[in-house]
Amino acid sequence: MTTPNPAIAFSPRRIGAMVLRYWYLMRSSWPRLLELIYWPMVQMLMWGFLQSYVTENATFFARAGGTFIGAVLLWDLLFRGQLGFSISFLEEMWARNMGNLMMSPLRPAEFVIALMAMSLVRLAIGMVPVTLVAMWFFQFNVYSLGFALAAFFLNLILTSWSVGIVVSGVVLRNGMGAEGLAWTIMFLLLPLTCVYYPVATLPYALQIVAWALPPTYVFEGMRALLIEHTFRADLMAWALVLNVVYFAGAVAAFLKLLESARRQGSLMQTGE
Amino acid sequence: MPEIAVTEPAIAVENLKKIYKAGTAVAGISFALRAGSITALLGGNGAGKTTTIAMIMGLVAPTEGRVSVLGTDMAQNRHSVLHRMNFESPYVDMPMRLTVRQNLRVFGNLYGIPDVRGRIGELANDLDLNEFLDRPTGKLSAGQKTRVSLAKALLNRPEVLLLDEPTASLDPDTADWIRTRLEDYRAAHGATILLASHNMGEVERLCERVIMMKRGVIEDDDTPQNLLAKYGRKNLEEVFLDIARGRGVASEAAQ
Repeated sequence: MTTPNPAIAFSPRRIGAMVLRYWYLMRSSWPRLLELIYWPMVQMLMWGFLQSYVTENATFFARAGGTFIGAVLLWDLLFRGQLGFSISFLEEMWARNMGNLMMSPLRPAEFVIALMAMSLVRLAIGMVPVTLVAMWFFQFNVYSLGFALAAFFLNLILTSWSVGIVVSGVVLRNGMGAEGLAWTIMFLLLPLTCVYYPVATLPYALQIVAWALPPTYVFEGMRALLIEHTFRADLMAWALVLNVVYFAGAVAAFLKLLESARRQGSLMQTGE
Repeated sequence: MPEIAVTEPAIAVENLKKIYKAGTAVAGISFALRAGSITALLGGNGAGKTTTIAMIMGLVAPTEGRVSVLGTDMAQNRHSVLHRMNFESPYVDMPMRLTVRQNLRVFGNLYGIPDVRGRIGELANDLDLNEFLDRPTGKLSAGQKTRVSLAKALLNRPEVLLLDEPTASLDPDTADWIRTRLEDYRAAHGATILLASHNMGEVERLCERVIMMKRGVIEDDDTPQNLLAKYGRKNLEEVFLDIARGRGVASEAAQ
């Protein structure tokens, strides 16, 4: 690695140091690694078997083959992306290490980028084996979606990071009493982003809310691809625009919450 | 070597206040520390020592006032100076599952140290860490953990070192050993050290200046010798008790 001036505004080396820290931690604990794979695998198997059952008994679902497994894989990508970000952050709170980091030359933007990188690492460890099992058990190859998968992935991971950034800021400001948000906040999006059913299923008022959420466009796009064999670039473009807005808002909120934590003295505390 | 001019204070605190909803932690204090000095911040629990140190580090934003470290305003530009300072505090830990070597490597990279491996080797020799360098940090004894925290605090050869109760919960032998290392480090690098402590023997041995705090204000500020003379006491512990119990200086007591 290079040796930059420590005072410079942005340092890949400092980001690498944080990624290394989380890598050491993951490597040292097999339960942490197992946890990455366990739940996505259970989800995929359950929805996969359900889909196998209904496709044998309903003509529409026979035509819509793969939507359940596709939905569960993309949902897990969204959920696990946020969880990967938030858990890496929470590791610092659990370890009472936040003061060391905040007192070091590490900048907030570098910390956030390191957490984003770890979210990708954790996703790769958790999701790749699950997608391979989906191919083997249910003949569903998510990689055959090609460019569309890349568009889905980009939009979902951006949303997951935005949520992760805001949750981290709230925990930093309010202490570990807010930790539960990291585990549960994404489930608010589960019904609203129409993971398993079309947006038209929702009452009109909730449809407006749904279209304000980037993942909705991804799940609608996935259904269009798997049922109608059409890639909806317009949906992906809208999702991206919303994601850019939300991501910028999340970063601004994180910086505000960090400043507030400094004012409240929360960075010296790690309890409730 | 330090990059600062001799006349410039290493740490300057001006009218520093911290008011929380629950009350005032620090009520407008000012002091300046000479580069290369060792100063103690003393006071009972709740006197405002830890909050003062946290404000100097930039972990807590002052309600009013200004902190300058090595000529840099901490509120405006703390990131330009953080690589030249470091700290140790019982309020923070190193990640417990990481080995000592892994922790030091991570922090070495965070502080931009050119030869991290070499520096870890130096510190392992200086602070006697070799025996447990590859052991998880969480499995060390209190004394070993303190040595590791000190190694982290010295990794970047800081010009300013902030220590919050650096020998708390250590046995007298280990505590003495730590004090010797701090003296050696200051002598070798000309570092400015500010330490908060409840150990008066430690303060008498290490510090050339003592700032006594009580309820968020500075009650007295002098050399240990002058404080002993002023209060007519034989040791700093008695001076500490005089101040904590509001007994005032010797001349007042005589009246």
